Amino acid sequence: MGLALKKASGRNTFERGVHPPERKHFASEAVIETMPTPEKVVLPLIQHIGAPCEAVVKPKQEVAFGEEVAKGKGFISASIYSPIAGVVQKNAVTTLPNGRHLPAIVIQAAGAQKEGEAMLQEILGGDWSKEKVDTQRPQEILDAVLNAGIVGLGGAAFPTHVKLAPNEKNVVDTVLINGCECEPYLTCDYRLMVEHPEPVISGALLAARATGAQKIFIGVEDNKPLAVQSLREAVRGTDISIAVVKTKYPQGSEKQLIKAILNREVPVGSLPLNVGVVVMNVGTAAAVARAVFRKMPLTHRVICVTGAGIRTPKNVLAPIGTSYGELISFCGGLTDDAARLISGGPMMGFSFTNPGTPVTKGTSGLTVLTESDLKRESETSCIRCGRCADVCPMNLVPTKCALAAKYNDVSLARRYHIMACFECGSCAYICPANIPLVQLIRMGKAMVTSNK
Amino acid sequence: MLDVLISLLPVVLMSLYVFRGYAAKQIGICLISCLAAEALFVKIRNKPMSLMDFSALVTAVILAMSLPGTAPWYVGVIASFVAIGIGKIVFGGLGMNIFNPAMVGRAFVMIAFAGTMAASGYERAGSLVDIITQATPMDAFKQSSVVASLPSLLWGLTNGSLGEVSAFSCILGGLYLCIRRTASWEIPAGVVLAVLVIGGIDNLVSPETGWTVFHHLFGGALLFGAFFIATDPVTSPVTVKGKWIFGIGVGALVMVLRLFSGYPEGLMFAVLIMNAVTPLINQRTIPVPFGGV
Repeated sequence: MGLALKKASGRNTFERGVHPPERKHFASEAVIETMPTPEKVVLPLIQHIGAPCEAVVKPKQEVAFGEEVAKGKGFISASIYSPIAGVVQKNAVTTLPNGRHLPAIVIQAAGAQKEGEAMLQEILGGDWSKEKVDTQRPQEILDAVLNAGIVGLGGAAFPTHVKLAPNEKNVVDTVLINGCECEPYLTCDYRLMVEHPEPVISGALLAARATGAQKIFIGVEDNKPLAVQSLREAVRGTDISIAVVKTKYPQGSEKQLIKAILNREVPVGSLPLNVGVVVMNVGTAAAVARAVFRKMPLTHRVICVTGAGIRTPKNVLAPIGTSYGELISFCGGLTDDAARLISGGPMMGFSFTNPGTPVTKGTSGLTVLTESDLKRESETSCIRCGRCADVCPMNLVPTKCALAAKYNDVSLARRYHIMACFECGSCAYICPANIPLVQLIRMGKAMVTSNK
Repeated sequence: MLDVLISLLPVVLMSLYVFRGYAAKQIGICLISCLAAEALFVKIRNKPMSLMDFSALVTAVILAMSLPGTAPWYVGVIASFVAIGIGKIVFGGLGMNIFNPAMVGRAFVMIAFAGTMAASGYERAGSLVDIITQATPMDAFKQSSVVASLPSLLWGLTNGSLGEVSAFSCILGGLYLCIRRTASWEIPAGVVLAVLVIGGIDNLVSPETGWTVFHHLFGGALLFGAFFIATDPVTSPVTVKGKWIFGIGVGALVMVLRLFSGYPEGLMFAVLIMNAVTPLINQRTIPVPFGGV
């Protein structure tokens, strides 16, 4: 381990950032449970960053568990596979928590389904022996990932095969597996690391083999000692190092994690690839292992259903396309004082109202806040105290970006580098005037993009 | 805003102790006039009532602390209305103003009532409060090279504007502000640094005056201004680098005015000039984003 730390030249943290209350206790002790197969799943045709998918099934057609239902169009895209056995229904349109209206494939469950413990074993259990990694050729790994529709499960949902594809311009030397889970409330990655570290490790080795990277790090925040311990035991006999980083929000952002562990800075507007790094969430790594070893696509994921507004918070292994409403009833329903549904966690998540909304590949959690969680203080004037600039992990001046957005000033927005913002919400969290900075900046980014 | 009021307590108490009724009268006048002005102007603009954001209260206390206790009642009233009206409301209210409102009000009365606001106006022969019968230490030095003792400047047993006399109480309240992070420590640090350097050079060039760099630091409105006036976030730069430039600029201008101008003190003008430069500083100190070039 001492040797491993010498290999990493980072300082185990990044500059600025905030310390919001962690609130992980709601679901941190809840063992991952499989939810019963829902009556139907709704699969929106864009669940990733990139080009939309095109349906390859027709209404009334029968589909099997794991069968391709929509094909990714273009290189940066990811196909969608049926998480249940069933019959395709009439095409529908659904609205995701981020406000996008999307065409969707609806599948009604029919026939025998794998349930409960059997499903958990199918997805996360069983044999993940690391020895099998060396028998895989890089191209085989790449094909398996491409044919499994895997995207980044940490939230951004960037197609994983794009990260692993051979790249002439940039030599990848390091694979970073992201187990920080800095978002308050959420514990799905934590439970995965504690309960099922084996597929994560195998996935990491496979990613390194596909890209030719020599070094592998798994980054975990120091508030998760059990996860660190579980991973350390699982990496025995491999070259993987566990990098324990300081708990600070947003440590789980890939650029901040690369800085903390490798002391490299990803240039504004480019990807980790440009500094020779592939970053992958722990859940994604597990999905990669499953795709390569078992030739099974991404159909399920662990979703953390948490918050004071949920009767029994749980970490649920759920089919993609399940509605949030079904997750809520699986977790005992809402409490009487539940007041707000958030897809994801409170910092970066989107609040939504329709419980019929389906979960997608990128959904990491459902946080339900109560009336008392929501401090509804009114917005006051900006007095330019500069606290937003003090905490911005990208070293921006959020108040100026927001001001530019408010007054539609494209050149001012550009001068303050508005496009470098990745909407972590640290500024809005710290703002004493309760200004909705992230919303304003998001509008500003859209404004700048449309003015190119 | 509440933090600012708390941090001003030592200064206010010290002024009440030193100047007695003079201070109580001036504070009362400024409080009533500033709140009335805020209420009136907000009403005229048909905006939601903003008295509860305490910004008018802060302006009132800082304005009162920057005036001489001897100034007649109408000086305080006019300064208050100018501070709130022209200093703040015409720009669009809190957060929009370019200049520190209290300093706008003070500059207005200083020029409009040159006699009562000049250094001689601070003195009132035959007053029951002893200190007021003396000249201010800055003026005594400028006119007749009399050097005040450092302890008297530190504790505040000299004549002057209500809040400026006790360096100790300014430091006490100022540190509270910086620790609470309501004020950015870079600004007072910049001011003090500039004064130390320029005052130090002046000391080396003309040591015979006896007015040391510590007299520059503890005398006049320097510490009061550095901690409570220059740190107004609305009218100072937003980035760390900008704050340093702003602080050093204020300190340097104060020293230039003290050493070379006809005024014994220059803090008000220094702050107003740097306020005017703040948008420029902001523009020139846009931080390089993480991963930027």
